[in-house]
Amino acid sequence: MSFPVCEALADDALLLRLGERIEVDLNARAHAVAAALSAAAPPWLVDVVPAYASVAVFFDAAVLGDGAHAQVEQALRAALRSAAPSDTHGRLVEIPVCYGGPHGQDLQDSAQALEIPEAELIQRHAAGQYTVGMIGFAPGFPYLLGLDPTLALPRLATPRTRVPAGSVAIGGAQTGIYPRGGAGGWRLLGRTPVTLFDPARGQPCLLSPGDRVRFVPIDAAAFDRWPP
Amino acid sequence: MTAWQVIAPGLLTTVQDQGRTGFGAIGVARAGALDAAAAWLGNQLVGNDAGAAVLEITLRGPTLRLPGPASIALTGAAVQARFEGTALPMQRPVQLPAGTLELGAVSGGVRSYLAVQGGFGVPQVMGSRSTDLRGGFGGLEGRALRQDDALPLSLPSRAMATAPDWPGWWVGPEAIVGAAGAPIRYVPSTHGLATQLAQQSWRASPSSDRQGLRLQGQALATDSGSQLSEPVAPGTIQLPPDGLPIVLLADAQTIGGYARLGHVIAADLPRLAQCGPGQAVAFEAVSLQQAQAAACVQRARMNRIALALRARRS
Repeated sequence: MSFPVCEALADDALLLRLGERIEVDLNARAHAVAAALSAAAPPWLVDVVPAYASVAVFFDAAVLGDGAHAQVEQALRAALRSAAPSDTHGRLVEIPVCYGGPHGQDLQDSAQALEIPEAELIQRHAAGQYTVGMIGFAPGFPYLLGLDPTLALPRLATPRTRVPAGSVAIGGAQTGIYPRGGAGGWRLLGRTPVTLFDPARGQPCLLSPGDRVRFVPIDAAAFDRWPP
Repeated sequence: MTAWQVIAPGLLTTVQDQGRTGFGAIGVARAGALDAAAAWLGNQLVGNDAGAAVLEITLRGPTLRLPGPASIALTGAAVQARFEGTALPMQRPVQLPAGTLELGAVSGGVRSYLAVQGGFGVPQVMGSRSTDLRGGFGGLEGRALRQDDALPLSLPSRAMATAPDWPGWWVGPEAIVGAAGAPIRYVPSTHGLATQLAQQSWRASPSSDRQGLRLQGQALATDSGSQLSEPVAPGTIQLPPDGLPIVLLADAQTIGGYARLGHVIAADLPRLAQCGPGQAVAFEAVSLQQAQAAACVQRARMNRIALALRARRS
């Protein structure tokens, strides 16, 4: 299949596919297209959702009338041409993490599975330069690109029914943060005291797609008295 | 502010409006009334804006104590309704004095809607009053109604009824969404099994919920289980590795990694939302042009109904 391709996602939505792999460059293009279209703000635009290598555009079909999908495809392809990924680096957000102990129930097992000391797993996880590839699964859940490939860990055979809010975890070759308590099958390395998603905030979500993330290790005492 | 008291909550009763848009990039679902046509009609019948919040009632309704008169409408699937011993009709404006409104079993579908003049006055969260059950926000504290909840109204009631009263006319659901038994129309994707959906008979699984309608039947022979996660939408037909399709509904997550067979057209999502456990569901493949034509027909029907109701009020 040759990319980019467009497909109807719904009567009021179009999906642009840039590729079918998780790659930093493809992802940066998806964010750039989403940003360019949001900035252009055509009157029919309802929502733009970037993912790893695709962008969904939701539109008001009643405003566009006949051939709505074709019109939106045209606008998307124009955004694709004008988008400049190199200029659209997201913000750098530092996330404090208390690794291991009661805050990271799987740290010990994970280090054993990787055949490295716990301290090395913490050091290498925190040394990563991550990008928010997309946000999904749950409100505010960031899928982070940039995990050291040698730290990849299989998901739990049976997902936990109760993952604490703020848990920082590895699932396959990805790492992410659970914004809210709930079920989840990723390996829990630690926990952040920061609230990732609060619907009552003006900006409900701490992170946006395309933002860069750095994990900063903190100890249990700092976790308990956060914010410092 | 006036509030209704929840004496019994029903099985799953939530506050919903037209849903929350513009937050897909941060993983926020649309939510909103699953049978959007029924919720819209309820609001029209009591003279509300289309965006007013209503109650979505699932399979068994709540019992509510009204401290003063109110103008309400019940739409969607038929729900047994009694007010202080008087049986109430569906699909029309009903004037009520203070008293107890008992809603019972829902039949001929899954979801009924209770609209009240002025709408329910829960706070707006991210631009909507809809309950996001998975996110735990919106509506009444992000959850279904519970016993002893106070359900606020947006406006003091203008109703003055001293006994239940309603007109002799009504507007049926088919006036918007067409015949109940007609196949659910969908636009197939380029997936090899996309047209197969229409060749088989399916039933709605009891494990369906506001997130998705799960189908039971002969599993589709699928080789590709997961693909790269991509955005999904209400209406997206997913094909998980077990070969049993799931049609995503209003509480759909924003991103999904399963193969897709296409999408159910917007005009038929309200009927899909009424498919109860074990009910037969047939699909019919249509083109995108046909989907848009169907949406146009539905908008025209709704405009005519809105005009007719406005004429009756004036």
